Amino acid sequence: MSEYDNKKRMVTGPDGKQFEVDPMQDYFCGEVPKVHKASAVKIWEKFLNWARSESLWILGFGTGCGAIEMRPLMTPRFDAYRFGIQWRPTPRQANVFMISGYMSVKTLKRVIRSYEQMQGPKFVVGLGSCTVNGGMYWDSYNTINRLDHYLPVDVYITGCMPRPEALLAGFEELKKRIRAGKAEGQNEYAENFEWYKANQKKIIKQWDMPDYNW
Amino acid sequence: MMEFQWIKIPYAILSLFIILNVGLILQGVIRKIGARVGGRYGIRWYQPYIDLIKNYGLRSNISHGVMFYLGPVFRLTGGIGVFLFVPAIFGSEMFSNFSVAGDMILVLYFIFFGTLGMALGAGQGGHPYSALGVGRGLAQVTAAEIPMVLSFIGVAIQYQSLNITTIVAAQQGGIMNWTMMTNPLVTVLGLIAFLGTMMRSPFDIVLAPQEIPIGPPTEFHSTFLGVLQTNRAIFPMAKTVLFMNLFFGGATNWGVLILKVFLIYMVSVIVGVVFPRFRADHSIRWFYKYALPLGIIAIIVTSLLL
Repeated sequence: MSEYDNKKRMVTGPDGKQFEVDPMQDYFCGEVPKVHKASAVKIWEKFLNWARSESLWILGFGTGCGAIEMRPLMTPRFDAYRFGIQWRPTPRQANVFMISGYMSVKTLKRVIRSYEQMQGPKFVVGLGSCTVNGGMYWDSYNTINRLDHYLPVDVYITGCMPRPEALLAGFEELKKRIRAGKAEGQNEYAENFEWYKANQKKIIKQWDMPDYNW
Repeated sequence: MMEFQWIKIPYAILSLFIILNVGLILQGVIRKIGARVGGRYGIRWYQPYIDLIKNYGLRSNISHGVMFYLGPVFRLTGGIGVFLFVPAIFGSEMFSNFSVAGDMILVLYFIFFGTLGMALGAGQGGHPYSALGVGRGLAQVTAAEIPMVLSFIGVAIQYQSLNITTIVAAQQGGIMNWTMMTNPLVTVLGLIAFLGTMMRSPFDIVLAPQEIPIGPPTEFHSTFLGVLQTNRAIFPMAKTVLFMNLFFGGATNWGVLILKVFLIYMVSVIVGVVFPRFRADHSIRWFYKYALPLGIIAIIVTSLLL
């Protein structure tokens, strides 16, 4: 994407008519995220939280080398489906974002865009030591070190790489958090939006997208 | 003209509720069977219920415009419409739904209605995969509609009626009276059309998981997706009940209905595991090349011999 692609300009359509295109307005929505309060009826919210915890839809987006540890979860040996874990191909329908391993600066941009397109309540799972403190990439020039400076993380699964069993244990931990009503990452992101955006902009130099693009 | 009986409305809602549950449980059970064949333990049989509750219970949703709202609504209307004009249980006052003279024609309209509504909704979603999926879907439904209409015409010629209740009544009294036995050619044709509309392999070019993940509903989420999922439980059931009535002698109680629906549904599942997916052009060409001539032969044979 070049700088020009996002500029407001006049375009001639195939029928010869001229019309104005403003990509930043036409393709994205610049509205900042809002806090979505939990239902006031406690027992209803508990029931919904149970349903959310038993139906985890993972965004099928392998962001780093750890993605290779997620594939065995679909196989007969580990079979995550029996725990209500399924993979969805689009961020709109997913609830769990797996950050699988090291997070390069280039991927971070895509991750932020995908995260903001997900509908809440949404959860982030950091997979591998790289998401905790950078792991073996801690002094690399093109990876970030602490993931929770950029996205609200619910559960970390440490290891390099964590085995699929560790992933299943991590999902059980996430389920416990959701059922306890503690997994409110979406609201944390909305409340501390300025702080998260400032951190993200410190890393991503060429910010050619709106601040919030759902 | 017969006077309209208001009691039919709660009866219809009850049968709709039953068929929704049958559809959801069948979805779970079929996926469980698929997992077991693959050596996995698989999802829990009640997983579709949890997914549905979760999607209806999400806190945020965003809109892309009016048609984006109406798309899932139209889709659900198509599913419910098909079911409500097909008699579910033959000979039952409670579960005969709104079956009227000429309902076979009306049902054909409803089968197409949902796809058109989805085309408008997915189009406004603006995702390229949605547009691709919808284009494929319309072409596929149009191609599969030809053998479907021809098989329906065959059945109508055979029984000299466009009323599904009359057609079911004519098939009572044992398996030898079913259209499956009295007119196998039309039944085969009907099953081909059935495969084409069930969105399963080899005709799953609309959702095409490895190709245009996941096609028309790419942008649909939370409640919108919940409505679409509700339709995914009702619509295949309604179509299966329709085919059961036309070709497999209908059902006189819910036990028989569930058994027959399961077996007919399994036809599409078994064909799906055996054959890999067609490409869009393959699928459509297949319908025009093989199903259309077979349909014309079936009609000629039916009108000459029966």
